[in-house]
Amino acid sequence: MSLLEVSNLKVRFETADGIVNAVNNVNFSVEEGKILAIVGESGSGKSQTVFAMTGLLDHNGSATGSVKFEGEEILNLTNKKLNKIRAEKIAMIFQDPMTSLNPYVRVSNQMTEVLMHHQGLSKSDALRQSISMLDAVKIPDASNRIGMYPHEFSGGMRQRVMIAISLLCKPKLLIADEPTTALDVTVQAQIMQLLAELQKDFGMSIILISHDLGVVAGNSDDMLVMYGGEIMEIGKTESLYVKPTHPYTQGLMSAVPRLNDSEKRLVTIPGNPPNMMKPSEGCPFSPRCSYSNDKCSNVSPILSNVNNDDHFRACHVEIERIA
Amino acid sequence: MIVANKNKIKDMAENLSESESGVGRSLWKDARIRFIQNKAATISLFVLVAIIFFSFIGPYFAVWSYEQIDWNAMGSAARVGMPSIESGHYFGTDDLGRDLYSRVIQGTQISLMVGVLGATVAVIVGTLYGATSGYLGGKTDQIMMRIVDILMSIPYMFVLILLLVVFGRSIGMLFIGIGLLSWLDMSRIVRGQTLNLKNKEFIEAAKVTGVNDFKIITRHIVPNLLGIVAVYATLLVPGIILAESFISFLGLGVQEPSTSWGALIKEGAGTISYDTEWQLLFPLAFFVVSLFCFYFIGDGLRDALDPKER
Amino acid sequence: MSEQTILEVENLKVNFDVSSEGDMPWTKPKKLQAVNDISFTLNAGETLGIVGESGCGKSTLARAIVKMVPAESGKVLWLGNDLLSLSDSETRPYRKQIQMIFQDPLASLNPRMNIGEIIAEPLRTHYPKTSETDIKARVSDVMNKVGLLDNLVNRYPHEFSGGQCQRIGIARALILKPKLIICDEPVSALDVSIQAQVVNLLMDLQEEMELALIFIAHDLSVVKHISTKIMVLYLGNMVELANSNDIYQNPSHPYTQALISAVPIPDPNIEKNKELILIEGDLPSPINPPSGCVFRTRCHKVQDICSEEKPEFIESSKRHNVACHFHD
Repeated sequence: MSLLEVSNLKVRFETADGIVNAVNNVNFSVEEGKILAIVGESGSGKSQTVFAMTGLLDHNGSATGSVKFEGEEILNLTNKKLNKIRAEKIAMIFQDPMTSLNPYVRVSNQMTEVLMHHQGLSKSDALRQSISMLDAVKIPDASNRIGMYPHEFSGGMRQRVMIAISLLCKPKLLIADEPTTALDVTVQAQIMQLLAELQKDFGMSIILISHDLGVVAGNSDDMLVMYGGEIMEIGKTESLYVKPTHPYTQGLMSAVPRLNDSEKRLVTIPGNPPNMMKPSEGCPFSPRCSYSNDKCSNVSPILSNVNNDDHFRACHVEIERIA
Repeated sequence: MIVANKNKIKDMAENLSESESGVGRSLWKDARIRFIQNKAATISLFVLVAIIFFSFIGPYFAVWSYEQIDWNAMGSAARVGMPSIESGHYFGTDDLGRDLYSRVIQGTQISLMVGVLGATVAVIVGTLYGATSGYLGGKTDQIMMRIVDILMSIPYMFVLILLLVVFGRSIGMLFIGIGLLSWLDMSRIVRGQTLNLKNKEFIEAAKVTGVNDFKIITRHIVPNLLGIVAVYATLLVPGIILAESFISFLGLGVQEPSTSWGALIKEGAGTISYDTEWQLLFPLAFFVVSLFCFYFIGDGLRDALDPKER
Repeated sequence: MSEQTILEVENLKVNFDVSSEGDMPWTKPKKLQAVNDISFTLNAGETLGIVGESGCGKSTLARAIVKMVPAESGKVLWLGNDLLSLSDSETRPYRKQIQMIFQDPLASLNPRMNIGEIIAEPLRTHYPKTSETDIKARVSDVMNKVGLLDNLVNRYPHEFSGGQCQRIGIARALILKPKLIICDEPVSALDVSIQAQVVNLLMDLQEEMELALIFIAHDLSVVKHISTKIMVLYLGNMVELANSNDIYQNPSHPYTQALISAVPIPDPNIEKNKELILIEGDLPSPINPPSGCVFRTRCHKVQDICSEEKPEFIESSKRHNVACHFHD
C-alpha cells in the first residue's frame, strides 16, 4: 500500500468571471521514503493539488476525488480531523519563509506551540526538542537564536527554521511547495542538500513542487509533469529527463538553459500559458504542441502506460514520432 | 524536436491572445462593470440622482415658497399644518406656518451644495498638495506633512464656531471654515498612494526614458490616483454635510430664511412633543437616505476599484 | 559585433545612507556600500552579463549607470562623455540611446495607458513634433519586431500574460533605436518556456540592430546563454570578469566556483554525482563589510593575508580578470 494515493482529484474555483478548473483528474501515488517531484509552470495546478490534499484551498475552491493517506481517506475532512494529520503525519513548507512565519512571535514560541499542541509536551520539553531540531537543520548557536524573531534571520535561515518546524512531529510526508524559489542559488544548494540528508535520517517521503528542472533533477526519485491542470507525464525522474515521451516534457527539457551546454539558441515552446478560464476540450497542451492533430484538440488523452513500468503519459501521438 | 522559428512564434503569440477586435478593456470599464454588479451601490446611485433631480424639479410643484408664511397655520401647526395635498403643504408646515415641502427642497439644495462643493475644494487642494509632497519626498515632504499634522490637531469644531461667531454667519464663512480643514485627510491619503506609486517600475521606466517630472505626475501618477480619490471624495461629502448639519443644529449655520437639513432637523426635533412629527421626519428622511446613499456609493466605488480585483 | 567601445564604467561607487532604529534625528547615518569600485567596458553589439546573489549590488549598478541613483564617485563614459558629470537636462538626449527593461513585466507598464500609448511614449518625449501617422507606423513596426500583432495596440497591460508584457516593455525600449538596453532580471518572473522565447527574442534583436546588452540576473544558466562576457559580483565588489565560456570552464575565484557548482543542471546523472562546493554562513552586512577581501568570511581558501590586504582586480589570463590572492 502506498503512503499516499491520489485518485481522480479535481479542483475547481468559483470566481466572479466564471469557473476555473484548476486541477483535472489527477492520479498519482507516493511510496514510503520516496521523493516525488511535481513540475509545472503557471496555471499547471501543481500547488492547488497539494492545497486540496491538505485542506488549504481558498473558500471558493472545491475538491472532488479521493486522497488516501495510509489507506484512510483525507480529502475534504473537517478541519478538526485534518488538524490531527497536519504536522504529525503530513507537514508542509512554503515558498516564502517570511510570510510563513508569524513576524510577531518568537521562533521559540512558534516551535514549542507545535509540540505542545500536537504531542502534549511540556514547555521545557518542547523547547529542548525544538533546539535540537534547529541543530539538525544546522542553525548555528541554536539555543540562543531560537529566542529571536523571524526577521532577525536571513532568508536561508528562515527556510531552515520552516523545515525544522515541519519536522518537529516527525511526519511521514513532507510537502515542499517551491521551497527554494525565493532563495539565492548558493543558499538553494545548501537547503536542498539539507533536505536530502534529513530525508535519509528521518526516512520521510517528500513531495517536491518546483518549476526548476535543475533542482528536480538532483532531488527526486519520481517525477510528475503537469500542464493546464492535468498530468502530462509521470515516471521515474531519470527516464523523463533522458527520454521524455510527451511533447510538453520534451519542450521543457529543450527550453531550459543549461550551464553545461554551449548551444547558443534555446528551443522554445511557442505560445502562452493556458487561460484556465476557458477549459480545453481535448489536451490542454494541444494549442502549443507541434505534433497536435484534430484528435488532440477534441479528445482529452488519458494516461497510458509506457514500456510497461511505472511510466505513464497522456498523449494521442505515437511515441516514435516524439522521441 | 520541436521546431520553432520566428514566424511560428509570431503566429502562436497572437492567436492565443484574445484578439477579437482592437478594442481594449480599460480598467475603468472593468470597474464600471463591477460597480453595476453591486446592487446596493447602483440603487443608491439612482436614489441619489432622484433626490438631486427632485431638488431641481420640486419647486415647480410647490404652491408656497420657502419663506412664505401661511397665516392660517401659524402657531397652530399641530391642528392645521398637517401634510395635505389640498392645502398645498405636501410635507406640512413648520411652527411659523412656512411650507415644509419648499423648505425641505431648499434645505436639500443647500446641504448638497455645501457637501459637494466643499468636497470638490477639498479634493483639488488635497490631491495637489498630497501628490506634490509625496512625489518630491525628502525634507519638503516632511515639512508639508508636519503642517498637515499641526492643522489636524486643531479642534475643528471649536475653530469653526469661533469663525462663525466672529465673522458672522454666511454660506461663504461656512465654506471657508469647512474647506480649510477637510482637505487634510485627502492630502494624507493621496500622499500615501503617491509614495506607493513612486516606487513602481513603470515610473522608473518613464524616468529612464527621460520623461520630465511634470509629465510623470500628470500622465502616470494622477490617473492612478483617481480611483482612490473618487472613493474618498464620495465619502467626504457626507462628512461635510454632517459637519454643516451639526453647525446648523447648534444654530450657527445658514442664516434664516435660508435653511439646511441640519436647521430643519433642529426645528423639527424641538417641536417633537407637540404632535408635529412631520416637521422632523421629512428633513430627517432626506438627510439619512442621502447619507446612506453616499456611503453605499463610496463603498461600491472602493470595491470596484480595488487593485486586487485588477 | 564591432570593437567600438561604447560604454566605459570607471571606479563606480554607490553608497546609501542608512539609519538604524533608535538613532537620534541628528546622528550621522551609516554608509551602506552598495557598489564598490566597479569598472568595465562594453563594445557595440556585445552582451555583458552581471551575476550575483542578493545584496551584490547588481541592480544598484544598473540604476547608477542610468543615473536613477546618485553615484558617490567614478565615471560612466558613454561614447566618451561622462554622464555623471552632466546635469539632468544635459543627460536627457543620451537617454535616447540607453534604455532599460525591468523584472516585473506587468508593473513596468502604466495600468491606465493602453500599450500603444506606452510604446509611443519615448517617441513623444524625445520627438514631440512627430505626426500621429508616423507614431502609429513606428509603434506598429516595433510591435511586429517583438512578435505582437498590430490589433493589440488598444489593449491594456492587464489583458496580457507576463511574457507578452515583457515584449511590450522591450518594444518600448526599442522604439528609439537605442545602442544599449540594460535588462534588469527581465526573465526571472517568467515561466521556463516563456523565458526561452524572450531570451531568443533579445538575441535576435541584438543581431538585427547591433544592440549592446547589459543582462543582469541571478540565474547563471540564462546569463551564460545570452552573454559574451560575464561579471561576477559579491557584496558590491567585482570578483571575476571573463568570457562566458571561460567563466564556466575555468572559474578562478572561489566564489565563482561555488556559484557554478551550486547551479543545478537539469540532468539527473550529473546532479546526483556532483561534488558541491558549499558556501557556509551568511552574507556579511554591507554596512560593515569584512576588511580586506569581502568574501573571506565564507571562503574555503581563506588565509591571513585575506583579511589584511584587499586583493586587486587583475588580469589572470587573457581577457580574464579576478580579484583573489589565491585564484586558480
